[in-house]
Amino acid sequence: MTSPTKIRASIQNGVTEVRVLMQHEMENGRRKDEAGKLIPAWFITEIKAQHNGRIVLEGQFGTSVSKNPYLIFRFRGGSPGDKVTLSWVDNRGDARSDDAVIT
Amino acid sequence: MKGYCLMGASIDLERRKALKAGGGLGLLALLGAIGLVRPEAAWAEWQKSAFDAKTMNEALDALGVTIPEDTAAIQLTAPEVAENGAVVPVTVESSLARTEQISILVDKNPTMLVSSFTYPEGTEGYLSTRIKMAQTATVIALVKANGKFYRVSREVKVTAGGC
Repeated sequence: MTSPTKIRASIQNGVTEVRVLMQHEMENGRRKDEAGKLIPAWFITEIKAQHNGRIVLEGQFGTSVSKNPYLIFRFRGGSPGDKVTLSWVDNRGDARSDDAVIT
Repeated sequence: MKGYCLMGASIDLERRKALKAGGGLGLLALLGAIGLVRPEAAWAEWQKSAFDAKTMNEALDALGVTIPEDTAAIQLTAPEVAENGAVVPVTVESSLARTEQISILVDKNPTMLVSSFTYPEGTEGYLSTRIKMAQTATVIALVKANGKFYRVSREVKVTAGGC
């Protein structure tokens, strides 16, 4: 089960600022549980942001990104009411896609 | 400092192997790999070699990647002292024309490469995120603009390492 990504997109002086909070453990595979067993790595590997279907940011994560990854980016060309989509895929193959409207 | 999570025997061994194999190769692979992330790819394949890289340095010369020391055109904002290594806020702002890629690295993390983003035209050369730091280390912002690489680094003191 994956949890929805929180996305807030607002426009100011022609630049849309997008704030994203993804819900993910980002387990690095080096931590041990109480019994001393290694907790397997589990983390987001790829991220893609789109504005009305056009890619505005694309990236990859390693395990050094904090739990519940937080991201701010800015792009030009957005208008109030446009759709911003944030998608991710993790190393287990889970994926999710959420969107928000630019205000 | 919670060092236990980083000092697993396997990690130590891997690191040693990587060092033995020559640190140059790691970064070569790293830069090569992150250079391949194309904005038009549907889902670029996750660059395992880049995120597995354990060491940095020499290879920059070998690669012919020209990295001017600190360029004033890139601003790297990170706390001087981070009390919680699990959540260290980092912001990179590049005023270089046509910023194509921003990567964040931490030289002493078991996984050096934190993240790598590609910027299509129209997206500002800006990135703000939160990273994990195992110990006091140098945070590096590697920026590719107009086909050239630039680097800015900043030391962050970590009082409690996070993983």
